[in-house]
Amino acid sequence: MSHAGALLLGAVAYDPKVVAIWDGFREYFAERGLDFDYVLYSNYERQVASHLAGHIHVAWNSPLAWLQTEAAAAKLGRRAEAICMRDTDRDLRSVILVQQGSPIHEVGELAGMRVGVGAKDSPQGYLLPLDLLAQSGLNVGRDLSVVPFDVLLGKHGDHIGGERLAVEALTRGEVDAACILDGNYLAFAQAGLLPSGSARVLARTALYDHCNFTVLDDAPAEQVARFRELLLEMSYADPKIRPLLDMEGLKQWLPGRTEGYLPLAAAVERFGALQPFLAELGL
Amino acid sequence: MTEVDLADLRFEEGAHLLLARALGRVAVGEEIAVRGRTPDLDIHLRAWARAEGHGFGLLDGGAGFALRRGPAQSARWQGAEQAGRPDPALPGAVVNQPPSHWGLAARGATVEAGALDFRFTLAGKSQLWADEAARLYAQAVASQWNPHTAVDWNASFELPEEVEDAVVQLMTYLIENETAALVVPSRFVAQMHPHFREVLQLLAIQAADEARHIEVFTRRATLKRDRLGLSTVGGQASLKTLVDEPDFAVASFLLSVMGEGTFLTLLRFLERHAPDPVTRAVTALAAADEARHVAFGVAHLRESALADPFLLERLAASVHRRHEALRHTAGLNQEVRDALVLLAAGGWEHKQLRLGSLRVAQLLADMDVGRRNLLRRLGFDDERAAALSGLHTRNFM
Repeated sequence: MSHAGALLLGAVAYDPKVVAIWDGFREYFAERGLDFDYVLYSNYERQVASHLAGHIHVAWNSPLAWLQTEAAAAKLGRRAEAICMRDTDRDLRSVILVQQGSPIHEVGELAGMRVGVGAKDSPQGYLLPLDLLAQSGLNVGRDLSVVPFDVLLGKHGDHIGGERLAVEALTRGEVDAACILDGNYLAFAQAGLLPSGSARVLARTALYDHCNFTVLDDAPAEQVARFRELLLEMSYADPKIRPLLDMEGLKQWLPGRTEGYLPLAAAVERFGALQPFLAELGL
Repeated sequence: MTEVDLADLRFEEGAHLLLARALGRVAVGEEIAVRGRTPDLDIHLRAWARAEGHGFGLLDGGAGFALRRGPAQSARWQGAEQAGRPDPALPGAVVNQPPSHWGLAARGATVEAGALDFRFTLAGKSQLWADEAARLYAQAVASQWNPHTAVDWNASFELPEEVEDAVVQLMTYLIENETAALVVPSRFVAQMHPHFREVLQLLAIQAADEARHIEVFTRRATLKRDRLGLSTVGGQASLKTLVDEPDFAVASFLLSVMGEGTFLTLLRFLERHAPDPVTRAVTALAAADEARHVAFGVAHLRESALADPFLLERLAASVHRRHEALRHTAGLNQEVRDALVLLAAGGWEHKQLRLGSLRVAQLLADMDVGRRNLLRRLGFDDERAAALSGLHTRNFM
């Protein structure tokens, strides 16, 4: 195996299963003649910086990491591209839950209330839902008591622990509202974490997109094209691939698109969420 | 278009079952219409469809939602295999070499492609299978007895001290041997491909039989005594050759045919000459079970021998090997032999002891006849059967 010529991907180790997933994909690519390897990072900020520094060719990015890369690249006069994403990365939504019997029926009535949120860098559990509240005229810093459930900061909310803790706090009445992803709302309801009919949706964000494979303009074009082609060819009917797709939470890879990041771009703009990171890079 | 009206049924109350059922009835790419009145229906519906790989959309005019069946569910079962059939009597039900990735799947189940390989070292039908297994298992289940109620533990009797001692010594010996008969098949059960379900079940229930035998023999031994009898080096050396035997066919031959076959004769002898009703009852119960164990051993080895022309030679060699290994050990301990004589004698008179000795000599001859019969049923000729029977361990099991 040639090490020098391998297409190198970066991913964040938000869970031990990440190793199984990328070892499996690596074998899939190798069987099809693509020399591929991966590097794991403990947080997205390190991965983005590493990507910009040319240590990796492709980054499996959270939506916030995508915006970080895109913004940094723009400042450097470079161009980032989202080449591929999961079917489950498209058209997500976050919801703000209250208890069924809560007296709160309008977003404005959350003024002075405790709002449970996920990790501070979580698009779905923090940035997007709080932006929704801000759009409704609430000043997040002044009008709300934001109760953070930060689990695994740097993972951009990939680990659902923060949202779970927020929901548990809601059921115990320790917060008045909780911000979570629609898929987690369904999962928590089906798992009995939220007893049937015990919560209702107070507000919902616009639809948005989640992760993508990001490349920069200096990526080896031919290998990246083959990588993308092989991703799109992955079939859920393939018994060797199916367990990996199940672990990664998709049925099919789809071409990347970036219009789904507009809501998050507006949220990070409002909260100035990119600036500290860009400043750290000296940009 | 198929319509599903969820009315006020929530997702956590099973709404997804109705949706999955409706989508399962249309072709991939086709749509179904969904209506419902629960407040967060669209949120759950979209999240569920996304996770399941189905398309989601709104019906015109706010009339509800559309779900488009995705390919994932049917893709999952592409390449799935039928793991035989449940009824072993049907053609193709029990395959010759079930693949290791069928794993623990029930025989007859549809097994998803890509399952992990299990390491079952015993996976050949010719090694394991006997058509008799299902019938013997059913018989074993129907013949299970409760040690607590099957024996009248309160039956009143009083034996002379030496006779009670002899019974305790025999029980001690039986427990040791029954423990070997529990351990040996249990070891193989864990190595056996579960495709051969009936064999697995039969060996499991055999182990349970031995567990009960150990219980009732222990209970009889401690009925009047708080100490058990002697365990000898020679006896354990003989049993150790069984426990150490790595080959399933050889182990079942030595244990179930040669060993338990001999034991069957012994248990019937003890039943006949038992000095008290409890000893009679426990040996009779054990004998009935052992007969089944022998029947399965003979049945599956006979079928294996038909498939493997070298098997009988391997079995014969194992008897020689074991004989050599045990040549310098004492075999049956003197205390057990004396206890048998005393039980068969029924008293200390010269006449009685002479009769007891004669009866034990006859027992040994009967054991030999029994073993020769079993060996002939496996396919050995008379001469071979006689020679092999003569080399069997003096410890009986």
